[in-house]
Amino acid sequence: MDKFETFSGVAAPMPLVNIDTDMIIPKQFLKTIKRSGLGVHAFDEMRYDDDGNEIPDFVLNQAAYREASILIAGDNFGCGSSREHAPWALSDFGIKVVVSTSFADIFFNNCFKNGMLPIVLPQEQVDLLMKDAEKGANARVEINLEDQTITSSDGDVIQFDIDPFRKHCLLNGLDDIGLTLEKAASIDSFEAKAGAARPWA
Amino acid sequence: MTAPKTLYDKIWNDHVVHEAEDGTCLLYIDRHLVHEVTSPQAFEGLRMAGRTVRAPEKTIAVPDHNVPTTLDRAKGIDNEESRIQVEALDKNAKDFGIHYYPVSDVRQGIVHIVGPEQGWTLPGMTVVCGDSHTATHGAFGALAHGIGTSEVEHVLATQTLIQKKSKNMKVEITGKLRPGVTAKDITLSVIGETGTAGGTGYVIEYCGEAIRDLSMEGRMTVCNMAIEGGARAGLIAPDEKTFEYCKGRPHAPKGAEWEAAVAYWKTLFTDEGAHFDKVITIKGEDIAPVVTWGTSPEDVLPITSTVPSADDFSGGKVDAAKRSLEYMGLTSGQKLTDIEIDTVFIGSCTNGRIEDLRAAAEILKGKKIKDGLRAMIVPGSGLVRAQAEEEGLADIFKEAGFEWRLAGCSMCLAMNPDQLTPGERCAATSNRNFEGRQGRGGRTHLMSPAMAAAAAITGRLTDVREMM
Repeated sequence: MDKFETFSGVAAPMPLVNIDTDMIIPKQFLKTIKRSGLGVHAFDEMRYDDDGNEIPDFVLNQAAYREASILIAGDNFGCGSSREHAPWALSDFGIKVVVSTSFADIFFNNCFKNGMLPIVLPQEQVDLLMKDAEKGANARVEINLEDQTITSSDGDVIQFDIDPFRKHCLLNGLDDIGLTLEKAASIDSFEAKAGAARPWA
Repeated sequence: MTAPKTLYDKIWNDHVVHEAEDGTCLLYIDRHLVHEVTSPQAFEGLRMAGRTVRAPEKTIAVPDHNVPTTLDRAKGIDNEESRIQVEALDKNAKDFGIHYYPVSDVRQGIVHIVGPEQGWTLPGMTVVCGDSHTATHGAFGALAHGIGTSEVEHVLATQTLIQKKSKNMKVEITGKLRPGVTAKDITLSVIGETGTAGGTGYVIEYCGEAIRDLSMEGRMTVCNMAIEGGARAGLIAPDEKTFEYCKGRPHAPKGAEWEAAVAYWKTLFTDEGAHFDKVITIKGEDIAPVVTWGTSPEDVLPITSTVPSADDFSGGKVDAAKRSLEYMGLTSGQKLTDIEIDTVFIGSCTNGRIEDLRAAAEILKGKKIKDGLRAMIVPGSGLVRAQAEEEGLADIFKEAGFEWRLAGCSMCLAMNPDQLTPGERCAATSNRNFEGRQGRGGRTHLMSPAMAAAAAITGRLTDVREMM
């Protein structure tokens, strides 16, 4: 996994609440056996009409936001299914950060496994960033994970919280499985103990 | 004396392999269920890293999302991508030596129906699957939740998950349910009350007389939709009904091991005085048969209501409601019972079990579906299908005009050919009414199997109590 570096990028406003994983990546694209190449299908039903033409009103089809790397979203972003195709599609499109007041649990977890950073902020701060994002491509927002700050195009600095372990993994591009396998001895001894106490499991 | 614990606390504590100073835990996983959609990239990851499946004996795979449900499915899957995905699971199960129920096996079905049916799911276990409706297994007092594909790979390789503990939430349904009110109405009503993010950050324990009174099938329906309320998992403390359901199943313990298991399972309840971070109480008698009107599972109303207006909401929900009403083609003020439907879908991991089919058959017995309606019943597993045939339910369905299908996820998420066309309106017993969920432009109203059966007869959303 790539290390998460400080960057500045265009933020796209998506104020709709409850943007679900079926919206982010509809089921017909879940038939792939690969992780890559889903970006072109991100938000498929909102982004393209029945004939596959772009719907001009959709935010990521607008000139200012085609290169967006940050989404400022309404409440409960990523609700619905466990499909990791949702962060895969966003990441493949170029999205590295999603900001919202709340995220669905599984989507939130899935982001970190793919080098993406979901940021939870209070409503007022999301509103401020939403307004900033509405300015378009000239409004570049900076994300600094090390300092846990978002800097708006007007220079407002917003501090965000993140779980220290997740921050460490993102900054260093660490692979979870490798880290866990370092604890193989603990897993072995747990299995021995639990196997004796609950042999049916 | 130790502090009183919730059921969730107890199961959690029994599965912590390692806890870091910041509270990040390595949690041991007892059962890993696998289906074809969210696993190929995980197996590929194992191969690329030269890793194996740590505990193949605790890993169970079954194809369900992509499989055709038509009676001629033995001829194979037409859609190339779907076929490749199912073939990948065939190969991965074989290569890594995990338990497998292929499409041709009578035990094949929806992963969340097969797990309990085969006795893989037992009280006190941790159960995961790359599927959000893994919450279903919480009905057994098992800590069960959905995971993403990276986590599927992590569990395959290590039999553990990196987790932080969620908060405890209690949802109590007191007293008795009124006639015509089912587990589906309970779970939808709870989401209507809490919203789809109301459970975010929590594990819900459902309790109270109305929950205790439910069968295991009903409890699975309730827990299945915990995820729709945003919760990581739903739980119901195991009791005699749970033990009775598990006893004698192929992978349940036997003999002395069974006795030891039951003794342990009897310790799995929330202690008197244990702390819950959030409590919701609903009177069973206040729950009505409900349907959804919008495109979020929280858009729930009693069948006797009218379609709301966007002005009835506040904040971000105003625009969301406007969008939903337009997508659903509904006018505010319209009576829900005046909404005409084109299609009825009975099935899914929410309502594809034998009891669900019995409830539908009870309404459909001796009746015909409305002319021109498309109606299908998709049993949750091959064994549910066989039992329904044995009980004569299949004949009732066929005589009423329903298609009687083979097992799979089917039109719940329309990854196979069972899909809605744009504008087609469906009374569905599944779990999600999202835009496009059952097919691009399709319009979904969620409800119980009895309500869906009633709608099939009249061709519109219907209060099942009028037919009882």
